[in-house]
Amino acid sequence: MSEAPLLQVEGLTVHFPIRKGVLQRQVGTVRAVDGIDFTLKRGETLSLVGESGCGKSTTGLALMGLVKATGGTVTFAGERIAGLRGAALRSFRRRVQIVFQDPFSSLNPRQRVRDIIRAPLDIHGVGTPKERRKRVAQLMERVGLRPDQADNFPHQFSGGQRQRIGIARALALEPEIIICDEPVSALDVSVQAQILNLLADLQRDLGVSYLFISHDLGVVEHISRRVAVMYLGKIVEIADRDALFASPTHPYTELLMKSAPSLDPRQRRIFSASSDFVPSATRKPAGCPFHPRCPLATEKCTTVDPALTSRDDGRLVACHHR
Amino acid sequence: MTTPATMPADRKPVLSVEDLQIRIRGEHGPFTVVSDMSLAVAAGETLCIVGESGCGKSMTALALLRLLPEAAEIAGGRIKINGRDILKLNGHDVEDLRGEEIAMIFQEPLTALNPVMTIGDQIAETVRQHRKVSASAAMARAVEALKLVQMPDPERRARQYPHELSGGMRQRAMIALALACDPKIIVADEPTTALDVTIQAQILGLIADLQKRLGSAQILITHDLGVVAEVADRVIVMYAGRKVEEASVYDLFDHPIHPYTKGLMGAIPRGRASERLTDIPGTVPPMWDLPKGCAFAPRCPGASARCLEERPPFEEKRPGHFAACWEHDDV
Repeated sequence: MSEAPLLQVEGLTVHFPIRKGVLQRQVGTVRAVDGIDFTLKRGETLSLVGESGCGKSTTGLALMGLVKATGGTVTFAGERIAGLRGAALRSFRRRVQIVFQDPFSSLNPRQRVRDIIRAPLDIHGVGTPKERRKRVAQLMERVGLRPDQADNFPHQFSGGQRQRIGIARALALEPEIIICDEPVSALDVSVQAQILNLLADLQRDLGVSYLFISHDLGVVEHISRRVAVMYLGKIVEIADRDALFASPTHPYTELLMKSAPSLDPRQRRIFSASSDFVPSATRKPAGCPFHPRCPLATEKCTTVDPALTSRDDGRLVACHHR
Repeated sequence: MTTPATMPADRKPVLSVEDLQIRIRGEHGPFTVVSDMSLAVAAGETLCIVGESGCGKSMTALALLRLLPEAAEIAGGRIKINGRDILKLNGHDVEDLRGEEIAMIFQEPLTALNPVMTIGDQIAETVRQHRKVSASAAMARAVEALKLVQMPDPERRARQYPHELSGGMRQRAMIALALACDPKIIVADEPTTALDVTIQAQILGLIADLQKRLGSAQILITHDLGVVAEVADRVIVMYAGRKVEEASVYDLFDHPIHPYTKGLMGAIPRGRASERLTDIPGTVPPMWDLPKGCAFAPRCPGASARCLEERPPFEEKRPGHFAACWEHDDV
């Protein structure tokens, strides 16, 4: 635990204004990410898990600078990235890369695969043209693509192969962190397993860290070292993978785990009844955001938002009652 | 070749499909997307059809309601509802059948529901299509159907439009629409795939509960073996347009026979912390260019020379447990 984190996020906030009318007056705020803290160490995988609208993808985009953070600090290898300009910013951009969910819309359909994978090398002026060509072939081989297909276009590849192209592009600059935003959710399970195995191999061989964003608890349990559970823009629990899955502490973590199908027809779950409450980041409940759905909620939960505090086994939980 | 429909002998099927063939006219010329599909389902039973993208499971589901897209056609076989071959019915009779005898729950309620009609009006319209009742009685039936699916505040929701509801509530509305005329058979195509996991749990619970109360026969199409384990009585596994395995849900999960089924189970990451997943190498072959023998042979770890040459018959390997494989491990 003494090793300094590669990435440190403190109080990260992303608020979007809701505008209405001809004057585009601001009538409200979407609090997509509402003050979150976490760290990512070298060579580890931290997952952000949660349901639609919890802010997990926005967190990834904010770290990449693809949406503007409205508050908080992000420190990468000891340097605050908000203050980065010029060469320092370019260097940060080389060292943190992203793989997107949809391998159909995240690759330019008019570009040949060789150009897609080479683009980061061109932009950052890495190597001679000849070296770049060699590097593209190397990268394709590394992710399990045939280098002789480098002249093909994305549509000539299957979904799984396209995701490999996206991974090769992310690897081109030898980044230290890859943000994986639902990288396997669009894939069939047999292909998903190929990509998860590839990501594990790359981490073992290259020591790259993953910030792994996913809604799928099965995938998260498989790939993570640590897991942060998000609900309506907040982290409600962070723990080591084994501890989290063995004994979920926050009531929302518990609900998530109970809701996942069992994969054993003899262990069918008893499903919960209907709930009228629909979580929304625009109309966020006061106090603990989970209180309208929480079986443990009391008066205090409706007014005081619990802070993420440390428990005996080192995990962090934001709950008044657990 | 007739493939057996594996209905237990003591139960009478409400729906049976025999040797269904579905063809698509594509840019590569016409090609078959579903071959020799046979199935049967009895009242109160849930049959799951599981497989990955393009295996023909959704085409099979659409064919059951004669809702195949323009480019697809039924090229052979029979679909019988209570003994009547629905492929022989004219358009009008088919419309009578839908809703009354057989109804469908689609994956994406936002595209399946009419965006410019209130939920209540849509359900009432369906009711009046099948029953001679007044508008107010039809609306009362709509509210009743919304209550049945545990829609919170059903009277108010009946007056709302689909976009005013959350994803989970829209799926409840669609289930209410499907159930409004008490169909004997419900076909659900990936009914929870678009939903968050906590909402999926609610909807699966609802579907299971309704089936118990209404005693309908149910066919549930899914790519998710977790969903299968939660709701199925019997399971058909499809690959490249054909059945490759069929068994009770217990037999399938306890002793899968077909290497594709085993591969799918090994590929699921859940409960396999940091363990290497057994992926299935390669990809599904295009339907217009299937290999000569077993369609799975090029990806199969146990394929022999025979598998590449000859397609294995779909046959009973153990009592009530069917598979199409030359190399299965006999017990």
